[in-house]
Amino acid sequence: MTMMIDTGNYIAAKAAIMARPAVVAAYPITPQTTVVEGIAKYVDTGEYKGEYICVESEHSAMSACIGASAAGVRTFTATSSHGLLLMHEMLHWAALARMPIVMCNINRVVGPGWNIWADQNDSISQRDTGWIQIYCSSNQEIFDTVIQSFKIAEHEKIILPVMINYDAFVLSHTSMPADIPTQKEIDDFLPAYKPHWKLDVNNPITFGNIIAPMSYYKVRKAMQDAQEHAKTIIPKITKEWEQTFKRNHGGLFEEYKTEDAEFILISSGALGAESKAAIDELQKKGLKVGLARLRVFRPFPTEEIIRLSKKAHLIVIDRNISIGNEGAMFNEIKAALYQKSDAKVIGYIAGLGGTDVTYKDIEKMCEKAVRGKTKTNEWYGLRED
Amino acid sequence: MNKYQVVTTISYPKPGANGKTGNWRIFKPILDKQKCVKCLRCWIFCPETAIKRNKDDTIDIDYDYCKGCGICAKECTVKAITMEREGKQQ
Repeated sequence: MTMMIDTGNYIAAKAAIMARPAVVAAYPITPQTTVVEGIAKYVDTGEYKGEYICVESEHSAMSACIGASAAGVRTFTATSSHGLLLMHEMLHWAALARMPIVMCNINRVVGPGWNIWADQNDSISQRDTGWIQIYCSSNQEIFDTVIQSFKIAEHEKIILPVMINYDAFVLSHTSMPADIPTQKEIDDFLPAYKPHWKLDVNNPITFGNIIAPMSYYKVRKAMQDAQEHAKTIIPKITKEWEQTFKRNHGGLFEEYKTEDAEFILISSGALGAESKAAIDELQKKGLKVGLARLRVFRPFPTEEIIRLSKKAHLIVIDRNISIGNEGAMFNEIKAALYQKSDAKVIGYIAGLGGTDVTYKDIEKMCEKAVRGKTKTNEWYGLRED
Repeated sequence: MNKYQVVTTISYPKPGANGKTGNWRIFKPILDKQKCVKCLRCWIFCPETAIKRNKDDTIDIDYDYCKGCGICAKECTVKAITMEREGKQQ
């Protein structure tokens, strides 16, 4: 094991090549560019021996990954914001054709209003594509999650693509230390990929043929079942990782000081990490607020949310907005509790457009919520000037 | 169909996986065997493999699956294939 002090993107690139994908196809976009650049460097040094395809767009990047995955090999890509949106059609394709592709998406604002800062609206708008979505809050978690994600994606009861999300610049371009296991340790945890099916000229199959309504209906049900399985398999895989590497960033949630909490804050991504500092301060003041950092947004951890709501009221901070409704997490958490719990759910929108959200801000939001002063789905820190 | 543990969109090649598509046809290719020069252009171009190649390189048309696209008639250099409206009185 060695210590690497580097940005989230370079650490993601390191993790990606250590998972030994046979094909990486990607197109650079700020703030993802240094992932692509990092992998290109490993091609140059000979540390990455797979096929690295420079494509002409993100739609092509995902298409190339689908082609490679259909041919039975492990594949990786990375993108951000508009790149992810350009992939939209192929994201559905990858999930419906059950391709275990792993992708890093660096959460960035969607334009116009050209803005490259952190905001989760890019990935939230892809939530119905069938991809598993995981949100990370540190560079170590990015490394560990990239490796784990191949195991999740390729699990015989899942066989779905996985999207690993982390915040633009706050994580993508910020250096932090991360333990990097040896290649042998990674290989032991993540053995070579054995595809469940593949394109083969001697035994021809096709993924995109006409299928009758009832067959398609069954395909959708099978995807839903796979996501349901993922709710138990993801925590199992993170536990298995912990046994070897003595680290666990949480299964579907990372809980922090929730033992005697009367309120539990639910946030995600880098904002989730910042929340820990806020919780420490709040508890010093005697306010019983704990944290449950949501790691997995798809599958949505309904049962876990019900369990949390039995202990405490919930405060939700969304760094996204479903325009015309409310924050996506807030919306889905309330739906999860319907007729299952009487807990209050207090929702905030914060940090859109990359607006800075410090632990002090999170403290203020929580205090206001505890005092019952929060307006319905309040937009925190929106200045009039 | 259930070759794998999970239900997938995967399908396997077999004749008429979605039934006999010949009934989609509006125009029907009519072959004049006297004019055919066995160049096999129709056999190469047919997108549905509905042109059947015989051992002596003569061809027959499989009307069970021919959708009547007319590519064979267009490609035929000696006008041995002509398109006629389906159901036309002979």
